[in-house]
Amino acid sequence: MSVSHVSLRLLASVCAFAILVASVACNPGGGPAAGGNVSLQGAGATFPNPLYQKWLSEYGKLHTNVKIDYQSIGSGGGIKQIKEQTVDFGASDSPMKDEDLKAAPGEILHVPTVLGAVVITYNLSGVSQALRFSPDVVADIFLGKVTKWNDARIAADNPGVTLAGGNITVVHRSDGSGTSAVFTDYLSKVSAEWKEKVGTGTSPSWPVGLGGKGNEGVTGQVKNTPNTIGYVELAYAVQNKLPVAHIKNSAGSFIEPSIDSVIAAAAASAASMPDDLRVSITNATGAQAYPIASYTYILVYKDQKDQAKGKALVDFLWWGLHDGEAFAKELLYAPLPADIVKRAEAKINSITAGGTPLRQS
Amino acid sequence: MSAVRENEGLAFVGQGSTWRRALSPTGNTGDAVFRVLMLGVALLMVGIVVAMVAALTADSMASIRQFGFGFLTSQRWDPVKGDFGALPFIYGTVASSLIALLISVPFSLGIAIFLVEQAPHYISRPVGFLVELLAAIPSVVYGLWGIFVLAPFLRNYIDPALASAFGWLPLFKGQITGIGLLTGGIILAIMVTPIISAVVRDVLAAVPGSQREAALALGATKWEMIRVVLVNGAPGIAGAVILGLGRALGETMAVTMVIGNRAQISPSLFDPSYTIASAIANEFTEATGDLYLSALVELGLILFLVTFIVNGIARVLVWNVTRKTGGVGRAA
Repeated sequence: MSVSHVSLRLLASVCAFAILVASVACNPGGGPAAGGNVSLQGAGATFPNPLYQKWLSEYGKLHTNVKIDYQSIGSGGGIKQIKEQTVDFGASDSPMKDEDLKAAPGEILHVPTVLGAVVITYNLSGVSQALRFSPDVVADIFLGKVTKWNDARIAADNPGVTLAGGNITVVHRSDGSGTSAVFTDYLSKVSAEWKEKVGTGTSPSWPVGLGGKGNEGVTGQVKNTPNTIGYVELAYAVQNKLPVAHIKNSAGSFIEPSIDSVIAAAAASAASMPDDLRVSITNATGAQAYPIASYTYILVYKDQKDQAKGKALVDFLWWGLHDGEAFAKELLYAPLPADIVKRAEAKINSITAGGTPLRQS
Repeated sequence: MSAVRENEGLAFVGQGSTWRRALSPTGNTGDAVFRVLMLGVALLMVGIVVAMVAALTADSMASIRQFGFGFLTSQRWDPVKGDFGALPFIYGTVASSLIALLISVPFSLGIAIFLVEQAPHYISRPVGFLVELLAAIPSVVYGLWGIFVLAPFLRNYIDPALASAFGWLPLFKGQITGIGLLTGGIILAIMVTPIISAVVRDVLAAVPGSQREAALALGATKWEMIRVVLVNGAPGIAGAVILGLGRALGETMAVTMVIGNRAQISPSLFDPSYTIASAIANEFTEATGDLYLSALVELGLILFLVTFIVNGIARVLVWNVTRKTGGVGRAA
C-alpha cells in the first residue's frame, strides 16, 4: 500500500515536470510568449515621467506578466539610448532631428502621448490680475531689451494695471531641458532677432538673467526675488499656484494657459501635422490656442527584433493612447485630441516584427 | 594627512634594496602577503586615477580637436551654435572656492582654537558635535536653504550694506539679486567650515601638552602659547585647508542653486557666475550632439586638472611653511 502511494506521488511529480517541460518547449529559446514574462526598458524625457510612472503601475496591474521600467534621464538621454538600442523605447519632448534619425540603425517612429505647455510666471508686487504679454515683448524681455516693468510696451498690453518701475530680472532654466527647448522654439518663431542671436535649444546661451536648476529652481528664485520673470511647465505652475501670464496668440487674443487651451493648440495644428508626426505646435493658429505648447513623444523602432517584446510594447502603447490618456488630466497633462489619437494609432499599427505587423496578431 | 602618507611611502621605497626585501623584510609569509595586498590596493588607486584621466581625455577628443587651446581662453558657451569655451567656468570655480576659503579659514581656526584651548569640556563636546553635524547635511539641503534663506537675507541686508560701503570697488557694483558669485562662495564657506575646523581641532589636540607647558613656563601669555601651538600644527592646518578646498572645488548641488549659472566673467561679486561642476550637472542629461557632450567631458577633464594644480600649489606652500617652521617646532 505504501509502495503504491509512493509511486503515485512519483507519477504526479513526473507529470508536473512533464507539463513544465512542455510549457517551456512551446516557447523556444525561453522567449516570452503568451503566459511568459516580458520586460521592457524605456528611458528619456523627465517632463512626462509622472504620467508614464502612473501608466506603468496601472498597466502592471492589468498585465502581471509584463514588466516595464522607465528611467527619466532627460530627452537627450532618451534619444541617445534608443539610437544605441540600449532601451526598448525612448521618450523625448522635442522630436528627433533628421541627422539623429539617419544615424539610427533602423527607422524610428514618433508616437505622441500627451501635450505640455510652458507658462510665464513672475513676481511683481502691486499687481492683482494676471499680466498679459505680446510675443515680441516676451522675446525682448528675454533678450534684455525691455528692462523695466513700467516699459511702455508692457503697459500697452495691460491697460488699467499700475506697474512699478523696478528692473526686470530674468530667470531661466540652467539645466538642459525640454521646457527651455519649447520656450526658445516659440521665441524663435515670434522674434527674428531671437532666432538669429540665440536660436532653439535645450540649453541655449541666454542673453540675460539668472539660471535656476529645474522647475523648482526657477520657481524658488522667482518666488523669492521681487521683479523677476521666468518660465516653468504648466503642471508645475498649477500645482504651486504661481501667477501665470496670458500670452497673445497668433490670432491676436490673450490666452490663459490651461489644459483646454493647450488641446486647442494641438487641434488647430492637427491638419498641418506631417506624416511622421514630428511637429512643433508653438505659435499655433487657433483662436483659443495657447501659443507655447508641445507634444511629448515615445520613440520606438518600426521593426522590432524580438516578436514577444515588440508585441508587449505595441499593446502597452495602444493601452496608453486609449485607457492611459484618462490619467492625463488629473496629472495636469493635456490629452491628445481625437484625430491625433487616430494618427498615433496608425503609427502603432505599422510596427512590425520581422515584417509582420504586431498589432493584428 | 596625506603628507604623512607620502612620507611613509618614501620610507617604504627607501627601505628595501630589492623587491624581495621590500615585500618581505622580515621573511614572514603573512607580512609578505599583507604587503603585496596593500601594494595592490595602492596601485589600484593610482590605476583608477590614470584610467579616469584616460577616459576623460578620450571622450573629449572631439572637443579638443575642434577648439584646441582656445577652449581654455574662450568665453563663449553656446550649445545651440556649437561654440564652446571653458574660461568663465574655470573662473567661477576658482573664484567661488577662494571666497569660500577666505571666509571659512579664519572661522574654522577660531572654532578649533576655542574648542581645544579655551572651552571647558561641557561646552567643547556639544559644540564640536554640532560643527561636525554640519558636515553631514546633504548639499541639496544647503542649496534650498541658500535659495530660501541666505539669498533673501543677502539681498535685503548684506549686499546693500556692502554696496553702500564699498560700492566704489568694481567688486561690489551691479544689480543686487541675492543670487551670484558671493552667495555661492558663502554657501561653500559654510559647507567647508565643519571639515576644516574638525581636522584643525584634531591637529591642535595632537600637539603635545608639553609644548603648551613649556611656553607657559617661559612666561608666555595664553595667546603666545596658542601661537606656539598653531606654528607646531601648521602643516596639519594647511592639510585641513587643502581638504576644504577640494570639497569647495568639486561641490555641485548647493552652488548650482545659488550661483546664478551664467557663463560670464564679471568683476562684481553680485553678478551670477558658473562653476565647472555645476555646468556638467546642469547640462549633461540633455546634451545632444557629440561635440556638446565632448565639450562637457572636457570641462570635467579641466576640473580634474584645476583640482590637481590648485592642490599642487597648496602642497608647495605647505612644504615651504613646514621647512621654515618645522625646524623650530621639532627642535622645541
